[in-house]
Amino acid sequence: MSVKKVHDNQPKEFKFSVENIKKIEQILSRYPEKNKKSAVMPLLYLAQKQNDNWIPLAAMKHIASYLAMPYISVYEIATFYSMYNLKPVGKHFIQVCTTTPCLLRGADKIVKLCKENISLNENEISKKGSCSWMEVECLGACVSAPMVQINDDYYEDLDEKSTKEILISLINDKPLKPGSYRGRKNTAPEKNLIVNGEKNA
Amino acid sequence: MLKKENRIFKNLYNEFGWDIESSLKRDDWKNTKDLISKGREWIINEVKTSELRGRGGAGFSTGLKWSFAPKEVGSRPHYLVINADESEPGTCKDRDILRFEPQKLIEGCLIAGYTVNAHVCYIYIRGEYHNEGKRLQDAIDQAYKKNYLGKNACGSGWDFDVHIHYGAGAYICGEETALLESIEGNKGQPRLKPPFPALVGLYGCPTIVNNVETVAVVPTILRKGGNWFASIGKPKNTGTKIFCISGNVNSPCNVEEEMGIPLKDLIEKYAGGVVGGWDNLQAVIPGGSSMPLLPKKICDTITMDFDSLIKNNSGLGTAGIVVINKDQDIVKCMTRIARFYKHESCGQCTPCREGSGWMWRILDRVVKRKATYSDVELLSDVTKQIEGHTICAFGEGSAWPIQGLLRHFRKEVESRCREEPLVKKKSNNPYLVDQHLLENNNA
Repeated sequence: MSVKKVHDNQPKEFKFSVENIKKIEQILSRYPEKNKKSAVMPLLYLAQKQNDNWIPLAAMKHIASYLAMPYISVYEIATFYSMYNLKPVGKHFIQVCTTTPCLLRGADKIVKLCKENISLNENEISKKGSCSWMEVECLGACVSAPMVQINDDYYEDLDEKSTKEILISLINDKPLKPGSYRGRKNTAPEKNLIVNGEKNA
Repeated sequence: MLKKENRIFKNLYNEFGWDIESSLKRDDWKNTKDLISKGREWIINEVKTSELRGRGGAGFSTGLKWSFAPKEVGSRPHYLVINADESEPGTCKDRDILRFEPQKLIEGCLIAGYTVNAHVCYIYIRGEYHNEGKRLQDAIDQAYKKNYLGKNACGSGWDFDVHIHYGAGAYICGEETALLESIEGNKGQPRLKPPFPALVGLYGCPTIVNNVETVAVVPTILRKGGNWFASIGKPKNTGTKIFCISGNVNSPCNVEEEMGIPLKDLIEKYAGGVVGGWDNLQAVIPGGSSMPLLPKKICDTITMDFDSLIKNNSGLGTAGIVVINKDQDIVKCMTRIARFYKHESCGQCTPCREGSGWMWRILDRVVKRKATYSDVELLSDVTKQIEGHTICAFGEGSAWPIQGLLRHFRKEVESRCREEPLVKKKSNNPYLVDQHLLENNNA
């Protein structure tokens, strides 16, 4: 199990923006009338997005009253799932996959580069620019290993050189494009592209 | 070898476009109305004839699962839930289906939904697949526009809606009952079975949970016939399967092949061979991280299907093949997997919550050469204490890879356990105190 702690400096108030309230109505329409509680996960995402990528306790209380559920149930969910950030993260939030398939292809080198270029410790906002990084478990892009997720995007097929370029671009707030950094097409076999016995390339 | 015309996922690498117009050219939604009009019995029989086994890991017969749904809708509505919470290390097949073949999945949902009497389908996508989810939503919108979904979906007379629900980074939500808990707005902790979801599932209603790949192949099976699908592969292990080959190979890739293809063919023909040549192979994890690894000797001859892997004390799982060559420290690789399970345990059952941490700490000691000889027995004992003593299969999933390590690489592990017992040495060893207090960095 993972341990998650809430941030020390909590804002006093949180209210969904008008735009998000419209989205919430749409989300609620997906679930049966009497099962409004199902919307708690999408609502936490909305709150996280509205509040610079982290969820304050005030937002949990707000969601609890919105969905007529106990505050503790919302707190329980926000702390159970690892993608809800309970502390501020950088504007460019880098998640480095370090599970075995990525480790086999050099994820530890990427972690080292993050330590050198961004911050010595995980979840620490960089001095230059606004970046933070953390190690995460398998992100489900194993054939494109090693890879990192920056905000919503996957950066795949990395090596030390390309990772460094990406990290520097983030520090300068001009992020490079996501996708493969070895110029391959999605998850196809490379070199002499043979698909089911026939040469395609 | 799979013939080109027998491939189901023709756009696995997005060579022909993912949008609905391109999908229509690949025969998606071709005669869906006719297929549905043949009735539930026919669909279930055809899927049973095809001997399709669930692609999510357990390999349960799909036709049989569908037949468990109550025949008549009672006071409670039925639901269809698609498991796209692909989090098993080594597996990334569903991601490509969501990105590049979304219409196959949506059409499969309609057919499966009709068969099990469900008007609503939830697709549970892992939260990290944000862009894949957006792509799927676009595809769903396109299908609505063409009236393939919604009221009288595809002219079949069946009303059908598809919704996406995002997870938030919990591996355990890939377990079907944990997934249902998660949709209901709870922590993803598995439920006791029975009752099975087919009778008491989402919101207490009959629910069928299927993997993305399973549902996505159904339309093609119905169009070409169950016998066509059954003719590919081996008896009881029929059809095609997407294999994900990652790790120490020259060109890691996803590839659709027939079941029962030799592992060596997969690695050599598609993935460009093992880095350093076949002789440099140390071990292969054949079905995602929760399946025990296979040493080179077995890899030479093994075929990739459910039954032959079970015979070798492993399993096909999700067919995520992780290749480990001799340049790697095998114990370190398995320690990382143990850490994964320690991190992802939902904390509900004591043997798994505590045991997964124990296994990781013992293995970590072995890697750092701080372990004693008796640790090997202790480790083996812990794996046995977890296995079979938990609500869901996560217990087995965390214990099996380590049992596999001990089965095939026991000498390797033992050779590193040379420390004197800690109590004798009176050294200030952090492993003697409560590790939970020290491991904040790893938590």
